[in-house]
Amino acid sequence: MTTLIDWLITPLSYAFMQRGLVAAVLVGIVCAVVGTYVVLRSMAFFGDALAHTLLPGVALGYLVSGGAREPLFWWALGTSVLASLGIGAITRSARIKEDTAIGIIFAGMFALGIAIISTVRSYAVDLSHFLFGDVLGVSSRSLVLMAIFGGLVLLIILAFYKEFLTISFDPVLARTLRLPVNLLNNLLLVLIAVTVAVSMQTVGVALMVAMLVTPAATASLLTRRLPYMMVLAASMASLSGLIGLYASYYWGITSGSAIVLTATLFFLVVFLFRRHKQ
Amino acid sequence: MYPHTDHQTDQPVLDVRGLNVRYDGRSALEEITFHLHAGERVAVVGPNGAGKSTLFKVVAGVLTPDRGEVRVYGSGPGGHVCIGYVPQRSQVDWHFPVSVADVVMMGRIAKLGWLGWPRKRDWELVRGALATVGMSALFGRQIGELSGGQQQRMFIARALAQEAELMLMDEPLTGLDTPSQEALLALLGELQRKGVTVMVATHDLQQAAVYFDRVMLLNRRIVAFGPAGQVLQPEVLVQAYGNRLRVANGGTIAVMDTCCEGDEHDHAH
Repeated sequence: MTTLIDWLITPLSYAFMQRGLVAAVLVGIVCAVVGTYVVLRSMAFFGDALAHTLLPGVALGYLVSGGAREPLFWWALGTSVLASLGIGAITRSARIKEDTAIGIIFAGMFALGIAIISTVRSYAVDLSHFLFGDVLGVSSRSLVLMAIFGGLVLLIILAFYKEFLTISFDPVLARTLRLPVNLLNNLLLVLIAVTVAVSMQTVGVALMVAMLVTPAATASLLTRRLPYMMVLAASMASLSGLIGLYASYYWGITSGSAIVLTATLFFLVVFLFRRHKQ
Repeated sequence: MYPHTDHQTDQPVLDVRGLNVRYDGRSALEEITFHLHAGERVAVVGPNGAGKSTLFKVVAGVLTPDRGEVRVYGSGPGGHVCIGYVPQRSQVDWHFPVSVADVVMMGRIAKLGWLGWPRKRDWELVRGALATVGMSALFGRQIGELSGGQQQRMFIARALAQEAELMLMDEPLTGLDTPSQEALLALLGELQRKGVTVMVATHDLQQAAVYFDRVMLLNRRIVAFGPAGQVLQPEVLVQAYGNRLRVANGGTIAVMDTCCEGDEHDHAH
């Protein structure tokens, strides 16, 4: 028992590990709460595309700042907010089907990002961090930004809880109650974009969609009430974050993969358990 | 935001003039003009594709007409939160993680305002609305567990909680068994006692004749609008339904809708 506690506690004497712990839990909570709406509104593909779309922005920032990590948050934030509103606008024009339009933008932007990064000499290592995350490399300044913006996302979700619930469940009712439905839809897109930027360093862009979708989907199998779904999803996601953090520390597994694998395992267990019960 | 327009009570509940709506390049509604008085119960009948849903959405202020105007108590529908829209059941995601009370409380959100949370009075209105539709016991029930009739009554409760004065119901009777239909129709009388004006789209000409004060026969334009006895006559109905109308021996009228929702056979005497 003491060895297990030692095993868990000892790494936390390192400052980078403490930061990683806070980052993993924070990202888990924010992703899961926002992800509840991603799941309920069938926006998984949008979330996936959005995460991939911010790669060229981050890559450009990486070149401009000469490899420094801190400014990347701002590049990620700017790119993902622009991309979310851009994708939102394009999908509203009826010329091309929504998923096709998203697919084109997503792959094109991702390719551009890879192209930019590949011009840098140390590209294999850096690319892997962008794609799959590096929770052990989160700096204190990055962490402060993540906490501010992640907290802001949660605050807005709470403040507009009844409005987001209504536009998601019954857009026609929302319009008869004269809610600014388009504005709220765009606000939700921006919140997803901010979430993606906040989570980029912890889970990476390639696996981001899993953090948005998997914990919320797992929770949806366990409860049929939205507030419980959010709390359950957030708990499972932050637990996944913690397990991923230790896997990263002890076995050198890329943090994004470790976190996502844990979340997926949760889902499989719950899914099979529910099936067994029925 | 959350606009609130005062009612001019000397004006009709609903006053629609010269409404024209085009949808996907074809005409959906042409020159619709009518008005409703407070507490009236109006059935809107007509073949599939006649524009019933479109008319309701324009009246609710959800869809903007190409021409013409809608006035609710003397002003455009966009400023009013007193219009309750009861959707077709097929348009709702019944797996959504909300309870009956959650859905009914949604009717209150315009009154709660931004950053407002439900207070005691809101919960009282929600409970009262559920009691009116006979669903008090289902307060905390997940919506996916409701029967068809209960689903429909929950939406009426939501419109009541919204304190709707004009209620638009899009085919609320479709797909319900006879007892559920009767419970719902009985509820219409209850709404009238509360002074709520009701417009119901329906396929059932017989129910339209029995339970409603006036019947609007719609086929992109208003073919006829008046008491059931005048509107539901073979020579009038044939103008809307054409060769889908069958008049059997003994004067029984049957309408065959050949469109989308399986075999619909609606009857009237």
